[in-house]
Amino acid sequence: MTDKPSRTAFGALAILLAIVPLGCASAAATSPAAPAQAAAAKPATATGQTGAPASEPAQAPYPSSYHPLPSQPVLITNATVLTAAGDRIERGSVLMRDGRIAAVGANVQAPAGATVVDGTGKWVTPGVIDAHSHLGVYASPGVDANADGNELTDPNTAEVWAEHSVWPQDPQFPLALAAGVTSMQILPGSANLFGGRSVTVKNVPARGVYGMKFPGAPYGLKMACGENPKRFYGSKGRAPSTRMGNVAGYRAAWIKAAEYRQKRADYERKRQAGDEKAEPPGRDLELETLAGVLAGEILVQNHCYRADEMLTMIEIAKEFGYKVTAFHHAVEAYKIADVLAANGICSDIWADWWGFKMEAFDGIRENAALLQKAGACVVIHSDSAEGIQRLNQEAAKSMAAGNRMGMSLREEDVIRWLTINPAKSLGIGDQTGSLEPGKMADVVLWSGNPFSVYSRPDKVYIDGALAFDRGDPSHQPEMDFELGIRETGEVSQ
Amino acid sequence: MRVLTRTRVLTLLAGLALAGLPRALPAEMLAITGATIHTLGAQGTIRNGTLLIENGRIRAVGATVTLPAGVRRIDARGKVVTPGLFDSFSQIGTVEVNAVPGSADSSVDDDRVTAAFNVADALNPRSTLIAVNRIEGLTRAVVAPGTGKSLIAGQGAVIHLGGPGDYIVRSPAAMFAVLGEAGAGLTGGSRAGAMLRLREAFQDAVDYAANRKSFEQGDRREYSLSRLDLEALGPVVKGQLPLVLSVDRASDIEAALRLAKELDLKLILAGVTEGWMVARQIAEAKVPVLVNPLTNLPGSFESLGATLENAARLHKAGVTLAFMTGDAHNSRNIKQGAGNAVAYGMPWEAALAAMTSVPARIWGIADHYGTLEPGKDADVVIWDGDPLEVTTFADAVFIRGREMPMKSRQTELRDRYKNLQTPLPPAYQKP
Repeated sequence: MTDKPSRTAFGALAILLAIVPLGCASAAATSPAAPAQAAAAKPATATGQTGAPASEPAQAPYPSSYHPLPSQPVLITNATVLTAAGDRIERGSVLMRDGRIAAVGANVQAPAGATVVDGTGKWVTPGVIDAHSHLGVYASPGVDANADGNELTDPNTAEVWAEHSVWPQDPQFPLALAAGVTSMQILPGSANLFGGRSVTVKNVPARGVYGMKFPGAPYGLKMACGENPKRFYGSKGRAPSTRMGNVAGYRAAWIKAAEYRQKRADYERKRQAGDEKAEPPGRDLELETLAGVLAGEILVQNHCYRADEMLTMIEIAKEFGYKVTAFHHAVEAYKIADVLAANGICSDIWADWWGFKMEAFDGIRENAALLQKAGACVVIHSDSAEGIQRLNQEAAKSMAAGNRMGMSLREEDVIRWLTINPAKSLGIGDQTGSLEPGKMADVVLWSGNPFSVYSRPDKVYIDGALAFDRGDPSHQPEMDFELGIRETGEVSQ
Repeated sequence: MRVLTRTRVLTLLAGLALAGLPRALPAEMLAITGATIHTLGAQGTIRNGTLLIENGRIRAVGATVTLPAGVRRIDARGKVVTPGLFDSFSQIGTVEVNAVPGSADSSVDDDRVTAAFNVADALNPRSTLIAVNRIEGLTRAVVAPGTGKSLIAGQGAVIHLGGPGDYIVRSPAAMFAVLGEAGAGLTGGSRAGAMLRLREAFQDAVDYAANRKSFEQGDRREYSLSRLDLEALGPVVKGQLPLVLSVDRASDIEAALRLAKELDLKLILAGVTEGWMVARQIAEAKVPVLVNPLTNLPGSFESLGATLENAARLHKAGVTLAFMTGDAHNSRNIKQGAGNAVAYGMPWEAALAAMTSVPARIWGIADHYGTLEPGKDADVVIWDGDPLEVTTFADAVFIRGREMPMKSRQTELRDRYKNLQTPLPPAYQKP
């Protein structure tokens, strides 16, 4: 099931949230990722051989094998720099070294051996982060054989992991890279109440998804409200067929997850007390994921359009003690902007999609601006292989709509909607998303103001490595599928 | 089925007025002054220009225009003025909410050829989509039938977005059909099957047109189409009514060009994702194309050559090109597509023309729309900047000289919720 009927590969959505501690985890407000990161980053090799029973979950199976591409020190000079962490810097410089941001400012000296890139007339921003993508799980070409984003067999498929569907040869990845996208969250679709785990990746070519997985990024759990689950399962004569059926489905699942979590805790307590006869509860992939949410290690990314349904989802989260990180699509978020701000929930939204289904009928151009006005977290997302290539333009439209109604949104504010806000809502905000010393050098050099329709990325750096260069084909990755399919000799000139 | 010319529509409307229905009244005389005016006509771009509107038409445009005493003036210094924008392939007026079937009328689930199907019979000029699109500068659109189950979907119309009244500018404007994967899927699974069905339909229409009398006397072979569908195809096989074929793969474009030549059809190509690969053939055939410049995914095996440079390369090859969205709710974003076409190599002026003067010619309404020249309908937009820029909005929109209220369902929702700290619930906040 796709989310927008007229396009090919939309799925369901998620939720992001950036600022608030997760569930009962004690993460600091500034680094929501910390607990999950610690868990996910643990090398699997250290867990498979701990002597735990085979029925025990490894701490972090399917680990990231990502290694940054080779890089040299690079200094971009004399550009307009939007850091996503403060004011703009005119005629500024950005130094990248050893994969990290080494310095940002008006006066930065090039170290010996650094490549100096003249940024005169150009703009520099952090790499764009799409918090809602289906690249790889709904790959191009969009044939049935490549449709791997919705496990359409049960309203609760919390047990599936998007990474096990990701086709790293999807030619849509390099298109997004050419648009400045350096990281993204890939989500299962929205047909199910619980769609499964998301995966956050660096947008680099790799032979398998593990070579893309963002090191230390927490998993997300895709949940979906509203029309999609009830329409899909209702049409099959099974629950849910109504919104109240949706809610009953979420609650029943959380009750089981809480029981499972308790059993695991009981077992752990007994084991640690030296009880050798303690029986571990059987492994259950579905409940492991849900329990991970209750433990604050997995972030809830909740596809939800209508304001009233978002309020209900907040109540469910309170009932079971978890945290909604972000509402995805959130077409009516502007109606409850104050509540979303108070609860620290991000809204991952389009600039202007509306009307393709009933729950999208109240979309307005000022959604982002009104959320910003209320102090809520705004993320401009794509949910589209086309849209991911123009997230900067989408943000520009939202900015202009806000300014038309009398706000004073500036580029240095709006850049956050594409960078640090999605980073925080994916639990990677302490590592990327802004141009600050020590952070990953995920950087875009734009030909001009990124909020102009005429500007394009000239160069894209991921962990300090030149991943894309518009002027150099040797820095333009091409997927296997693209080889030999285009008769460029036919170009009519 | 005859082509309804604008004159004929006006005549019909005069009849309606006699029947007691209000006819759209022309605005008073109005001058827009001080703007950068892109006329799209022989006068080109005029700095600090004046545009004078009278009785719904443009009376004068230029750097120095003598204004009658007492004329209402709009000071547009620092602004940009263009003709109202045109989406050459939309579903505006035939859909409210795509996923609500009762509100969607763009296609039928009828697997016969439905050439007689005409969107004009289903159009709703009071659709909320009209105001949402027009306050952002879209004043005209082709409403095309959606692809249902019929290879030949039916007839589309040109409308203006000025609301109820004489909103149908031309109907039918063209016959719409599909080839490629969509056509194959509707005709048994092969592109060749779609071709033979199209050829059969057109040959039947030719035969019917020449032998109508004997058909009515029951003295003619059986046709593959119904009588109404044969009637509807008459103007197409006579080369009077354009046939819009949606095709993407280069080889499908070539097949469409061959078919048009073989049957002497007045062809327009829509989609043409791989058009750049056969641009020279398209240009030589003098066949206009409708493209969405944002289409760049290898999303199917018929769009493997998709590129953001398609529009620029087609233009460079000399192809007559207009922009389309294929959308309805967001046809307003056609200007974003145009801006991207420029970012990927198309000249700015050509991109503006591709949503004004060029579609006016393609759709046969250039006598009254598409440029800012004396005598033309006053479809005029005042922009707060470069109209192709994503941060630019329309300040004012005129359709046939009437100033449109800058309100829509969306602005009313915005205004209701822009202040959440009101004593009464939002439901008491009324526009």
